[in-house]
Amino acid sequence: MAKPIESVNEFVIKFANVNGSGSASANQMFAKAILRMGVPVTPRNIFPSNIQGLPTWYEMRVSEAGYMGARGGVDIMVAMNPQTWDQDVASIEPGGYLFYDSTKPMPRSKFRNDITVVGVPLTEICNREYTDARQRQLFKNIVYVGALSALLDMEAAVVEGLISEQFRGKEKLIEPNVKALHMGRDWAQKNLQCPLGIRLRRADKVGDRIFVDGNGAAGLGAVYGGATVCAWYPITPSTSLAEAFTRHCRKLRVDPATGKNRFAIVQAEDELASIGMVIGASWNGARAFTTTSGPGISLMQEFLGLAYFAEVPAVVFDVQRGGPSTGMPTRTQQSDIMSCAYASHGDTKHVLLLPEDPHECFTMGAQAFDLAERLQTPVFVMLDLDIGMNERLAAPFAWDDSRKLDRGKVMTEAELEAGKEFGRYLDVDGDGIPYRTYPGTHPTRGAFFTRGSSKDRYAKYTEEGRHYVDNVQRLLKKFETAKQLVPGPIARQARQPTRLGAIFYGSTSPAMAEALDRLAEQGVHLDTLRVRAFPFSREVEEFVAAHDRVFVVEQNRDAQLRALLTIECGIDPARLVPILQFDGSPITARFITEAIADKAAAAKVMPFRKVVS
Amino acid sequence: MTYLAKPKLHHPALPTNKLGFTRRDYEGAISTLCAGCGHDSISAAIIQAVFELDLPPHKIAKLSGIGCSSKTPTYFLGNSHGFNSVHGRMPSVLTGANLANRDLIYLGVSGDGDSASIGLGQFAHVMRRGVNMTYIVENNGVYGLTKGQFSATSDKGSASKKGLQNTDSPVDMVSMALQLGATFVGRSFSGDKTQLVPLIKAAIQHKGAAFLDVISPCVAFNNHAGSTKSFDYVREHNKELNRLDFITGRAEITVDYAPGTVEPVTQHDGSVIFLRKLDAGYDVHDRIAAMNVLQERQSAGEIVTGLIYLDPEPEDLHAHLATVDAPFNTLTEKELVPGAAALAKINAASR
Repeated sequence: MAKPIESVNEFVIKFANVNGSGSASANQMFAKAILRMGVPVTPRNIFPSNIQGLPTWYEMRVSEAGYMGARGGVDIMVAMNPQTWDQDVASIEPGGYLFYDSTKPMPRSKFRNDITVVGVPLTEICNREYTDARQRQLFKNIVYVGALSALLDMEAAVVEGLISEQFRGKEKLIEPNVKALHMGRDWAQKNLQCPLGIRLRRADKVGDRIFVDGNGAAGLGAVYGGATVCAWYPITPSTSLAEAFTRHCRKLRVDPATGKNRFAIVQAEDELASIGMVIGASWNGARAFTTTSGPGISLMQEFLGLAYFAEVPAVVFDVQRGGPSTGMPTRTQQSDIMSCAYASHGDTKHVLLLPEDPHECFTMGAQAFDLAERLQTPVFVMLDLDIGMNERLAAPFAWDDSRKLDRGKVMTEAELEAGKEFGRYLDVDGDGIPYRTYPGTHPTRGAFFTRGSSKDRYAKYTEEGRHYVDNVQRLLKKFETAKQLVPGPIARQARQPTRLGAIFYGSTSPAMAEALDRLAEQGVHLDTLRVRAFPFSREVEEFVAAHDRVFVVEQNRDAQLRALLTIECGIDPARLVPILQFDGSPITARFITEAIADKAAAAKVMPFRKVVS
Repeated sequence: MTYLAKPKLHHPALPTNKLGFTRRDYEGAISTLCAGCGHDSISAAIIQAVFELDLPPHKIAKLSGIGCSSKTPTYFLGNSHGFNSVHGRMPSVLTGANLANRDLIYLGVSGDGDSASIGLGQFAHVMRRGVNMTYIVENNGVYGLTKGQFSATSDKGSASKKGLQNTDSPVDMVSMALQLGATFVGRSFSGDKTQLVPLIKAAIQHKGAAFLDVISPCVAFNNHAGSTKSFDYVREHNKELNRLDFITGRAEITVDYAPGTVEPVTQHDGSVIFLRKLDAGYDVHDRIAAMNVLQERQSAGEIVTGLIYLDPEPEDLHAHLATVDAPFNTLTEKELVPGAAALAKINAASR
């Protein structure tokens, strides 16, 4: 038997449940209780494309050191689902713990001898106490939380406090839940050795951070970004973004005097209509967005080309999931980078923002509207399921009340009246960005025809090559301007000078931070650059130029950001080494560490080969 | 088709409307459609209607999809913003535009390919939502720009110019609009300006989803014997339900009619439509009866025209969504951004 794992405040606990069994709220309460003890925890919901009956998991990374990426491996498995028993038991680290419902005896062959098995007769306890089938099911979840709270040495008062919060307004539910909690806790304390080798201890590592999901944060960002029109079509994993916008608008955007709404949310008939409405509203001077995932992006392609070519602002939140086609709707990937960067037929390029966590989902969610209107073009905010649908500890949201919405270059009635020259596609400032007018501005000046066909600087239809070239070259200049406006990359220097670098983005961030520490322990030092937007600014090119080899860490098969780097910056692909995890689970520090360590070791041999060649 | 620029000068004695505009002020660029195209007659009817309604041209937004019909917004209302969007998707762009500024008048111009084929879904949903607009389908039963393929409104059994027989059943957009909840539904004929102009005026004044199916023969590809969308065929099979003689604002009603033949219909905004009945038993407020009459007449080989259905108390999308009266595009940080204090509360609730 492997030595039982001993650890305080550093472990992975995973709950294996059945979808629809009511486990989600109990598990979330458990995570929050750990946070309330001042210990950072990062939960991840691993769920099927299903409403009821299929397996679902809730994995929590508990880390006083502050690591928030998926680690890989499980230290404590709470195996509540017979369907997945074998794989759940197999996934436990040697020396780990298996917590299970011991009501029915299990054959010895179903266990492993290198783990500690902790059985609690949950069904028996519940059946003794409750007669109603649904109650038996729901309270079983609370009973196991109670038992675990004893096994992990958690403070009962913290969990009780959370129960009170959760049932605020439904007070009569508090007492039975607290009772169920103590049934589990008391049984464990009486019958089992508490605590286990793995346990919790109060700390102060949470600080003022908030615990929120990225979709919710992005929806709030859209409120602060001044969006008034949301047109969307339900699709996993983006639906909760539109729902969050709706929820926040109902609280924050109702005119107190009239009770009327300063927002319009339309559930469209499909993604084509969603983006069409966004383009129509933005053309007419409102801030509008849609929220979708990969299949929706595919459907929106034609409209995105229109918005690019006719220069209409649009904000698209793409909460990426596993592709292609229906792919893995409830699994995560960063695989829409290419299809968004070059969305639509013909020569197009689009602005992408790449948030790492809910905090950036909020800030970039708001900023996207300024950028879309300033640049008069679609802007994509590229979330993924991992940051979109999971709660994450993040820096609190912040807002500067002196901040104004940047409505971009809009010619006013007064300017038109004063005789200012208006050419819808005329580059007056040399930044490639022309002026626009809102419909209805002036009785006789400033009207123009918006079209997806080629036009001259004054919006007049033309198929003359020189006008076409003039226009699309200006669009390139505008894209150059975008480089200065989008959020810049964030560099981190290794503890010692190195010729190795790594580029990563989005939800890879926490796993990368941990991998860097592990690699440094092994003597592999890397400078890193977290890319936060496309187009890439000069710093990105400089970073690559300053290193012999740059690992590009991504969650897709085809190294899409690496491809963008080679296409847009003319970088020799040989210098960009892809590190790719794309199985649908969030990228782990273990994976990154091993992959980079391997390739770095191989690279050490390279200079010799170079000499030979 | 001509490449000559349209002269800006006009006769000094041209009549002006209440705003001081002449009819010419509502014109657009010169049409590039074929000489004699029904669509140009519809453009002329739109110009006439807007002129007669005394509407400031810049307060109208004209939106279209792709196709011959969708090109026409260039040829009328040159001082209005226009949006030639993508094929079959004008309804969604118009919906978004309408949400952004409820104070403008929205004119959606489409064709039978744009609305009945590629855009059937968006056509259906914009009607369902009750977007305040005038949606005109310039229906010629044929793809003109791609030279003569059948469209989804081509009648079963009708012949193409090349002699092919259409074997598919047609989409009747009027029946669909009725079924989907449009609150103003009419059909007219590009060759009958006296019927068409008042219908467009009434549709523009209607504060809800107004749909007009205007049969508009394609002189190049669908005006031959065997076509059911030719000038001759439509004239011979036209079954007029009524005529809209006058539409007024809140002006005094001074015209006398023989009792029983005219029905004054007051719209929600106070304007009155005088409906001269040609079919005495037809009730323009009865949606189900309208559907029955359409089916009956259609099976008798007739094309029903006139005002087919009118809901005098329509509700539009803004009412459904309970939006503020001020256009969204006039709202600022003050009304839209909740500020740091509200954010601090959200932070506090997220720990």
